[in-house]
Amino acid sequence: MKTTYREAVRAALREALQRDPRVFLMGEDVGRYGGTYAVSHGLLEEFGPERIRDTPLSESAFVGAGIGAAMAGMRPIVEVMTVNFSLLALDQLVNGAALLRHMSGGQVSVPLVVRMATGGGRQVAAQHSHSWEGWYAHVPGLRVLAPATLEDARGMLWSALQDPDPVLLFEHTTLYGAEGELADDAGPVDISRAAVRRPGKDVSLITYGGTLARTLAAAEALAKEGIDAEVLDLRVLRPLDTEAILATARRTRRAVIVDEGWRSGSLAAEVSARITEEAFYDLDAPVARVCSAEVPMPYPRHLEEAVLPQAAGIAAAARAVARHG
Amino acid sequence: MTSTDPPAAPSREHGQALLADMLRIRRFEERCAALYGEGKIRGFLHLYVGEEAVAVGVFQALRPEDAVVATYREHGHALLKGVSAGAVMAEMFGKATGCSRGRGGSMHLFDAATRFYGGNAIVGAGLPQAVGLALADHLRGERRVTACFFGDGAVAEGEFHESMNLASLWRLPVLFVCENNRYAMGTAIERHQAQLDLPLKARGYAVPAESVDGMDVLAVEAAARRAAGQVRSGQGPFFLEARTYRFRAHSAYDPELYRNKEEVEAWKQRDPIPALAAVLRAAGHLDDALLARLEGAADREVDEAVRFAEASPWEPVEDLLRDLVAAPGGEGGRP
Repeated sequence: MKTTYREAVRAALREALQRDPRVFLMGEDVGRYGGTYAVSHGLLEEFGPERIRDTPLSESAFVGAGIGAAMAGMRPIVEVMTVNFSLLALDQLVNGAALLRHMSGGQVSVPLVVRMATGGGRQVAAQHSHSWEGWYAHVPGLRVLAPATLEDARGMLWSALQDPDPVLLFEHTTLYGAEGELADDAGPVDISRAAVRRPGKDVSLITYGGTLARTLAAAEALAKEGIDAEVLDLRVLRPLDTEAILATARRTRRAVIVDEGWRSGSLAAEVSARITEEAFYDLDAPVARVCSAEVPMPYPRHLEEAVLPQAAGIAAAARAVARHG
Repeated sequence: MTSTDPPAAPSREHGQALLADMLRIRRFEERCAALYGEGKIRGFLHLYVGEEAVAVGVFQALRPEDAVVATYREHGHALLKGVSAGAVMAEMFGKATGCSRGRGGSMHLFDAATRFYGGNAIVGAGLPQAVGLALADHLRGERRVTACFFGDGAVAEGEFHESMNLASLWRLPVLFVCENNRYAMGTAIERHQAQLDLPLKARGYAVPAESVDGMDVLAVEAAARRAAGQVRSGQGPFFLEARTYRFRAHSAYDPELYRNKEEVEAWKQRDPIPALAAVLRAAGHLDDALLARLEGAADREVDEAVRFAEASPWEPVEDLLRDLVAAPGGEGGRP
């Protein structure tokens, strides 16, 4: 069936609310407004205000309340409007959810799912265009997911709810309107493995989330030039699927990492380091990275485009790596 | 409303139980201080000496099924919730038999079995979590109370205000207990609060609130029973301020440059333990022999806890990643 990313997430929410009475959704404007990105539109009418809970603008309180409810055995889905605002709840996520199980000697389980919109590309300027998922992926105790496809938008949520530990789901804002075909019986998906989205033999393009589509576009452009690129979608930013990363790097012997985060201290840096540490002698070229320019996101379209990884830049980096040596 | 009427003397049995609880905590804390000096307990150590009447009074209004969220000055609260002194002491030692398997130490006592949810060393961070525990009870129709303890310092945190509003808006069963010991670490309340009437802040969020003399265990108990009763009956949260004082330094590292000895001595004159003992003596419920027996029992419990902690093993280093996440083959196995 034809659907959108937004509808796929909504279908996942609906399924979770139908299947598990412990599940409830809370966040800013998830109810009467229908969700900032219209993801939860209609759910208030269907499930009522006890399970679709509009919250005040109190990120720390409602994320912390999600932790408390999860500790007590509920399965809260907390929507933080965007990753930018999640910094107001950072203490609860990093000093709370992530470490409660370990710090309590294994007693306290926090089966919390936090969804948030991430990324730039909509001309909403510096305070609404961050990609902090790499920061969260730094933190032990969290599982960090980046659904980049309709299947993952539809299937990652239920799997995340089965995880007895906190899971953060990053939905790229530019993806909500993405249309495509989704199997009628699409359902839960694995949340531990990366996925090869395009097999190839000449160079590995490793990415996730909002830059997957542009990376695939770059691969198509490269194919016309006779460069056969493999595209690996990380899907799971923590714990990283090191095996899949090393496998693709060894297969093509060349790797480019595409990451919308800033380059310094980025997730791309971590992926690069793992390749260099464990597959250095299998490489034919240095690992390259395509990241966002290290400036606050400017508002005008042309400058925003200059900041973000684009297909042309990805292809150029891949070309340089493919021709190296 | 501020309760000023002195409550009547308690029954013999109940009065003795209150005294015994306060003595347990006092003796436990004093031993912790000594063990810190010996290097057996390390890191930060925040003692509750002087504030015992608050937790002991409030716990009279709680039931075993109620949840408790506390601060980093929470040894006494854990004991009162039913965590054994041995498990608490072993935790302070960092031993594997500690209530958090030794991983948390003094500031991070947990016990899921008794619904003791920490042990939080981030000031204010426990409040939203208490709201969530209460939200779970609300959603499941459970008539339980979540008691959330925090200090006057937490009242300056945004999370205090966010949590008051959210708990009130959703009428959640949280008993907020502010242990106002007049200092946010070393900053006197007059120097960190523009408005010293703390219940007024709660009332600003439509949360009913009361202040009570936190050095008087009977007054605390009476106020807590009223407050918890209201919360349990489904009327939403309640804010109880207990005005108290810590007799010892903020932590073992604190040279106490910010308050003078006269102030400390003046508060020590209001020590809640002799104060209750005097009430019980006047009522004929206590004599020297009984007091000695209660003290002896407290000392024996602490002695036994220390022996248990001393004899307990350390967690093997090989278990370092255990319980980072739950799933077998999860992240713990794939660093």
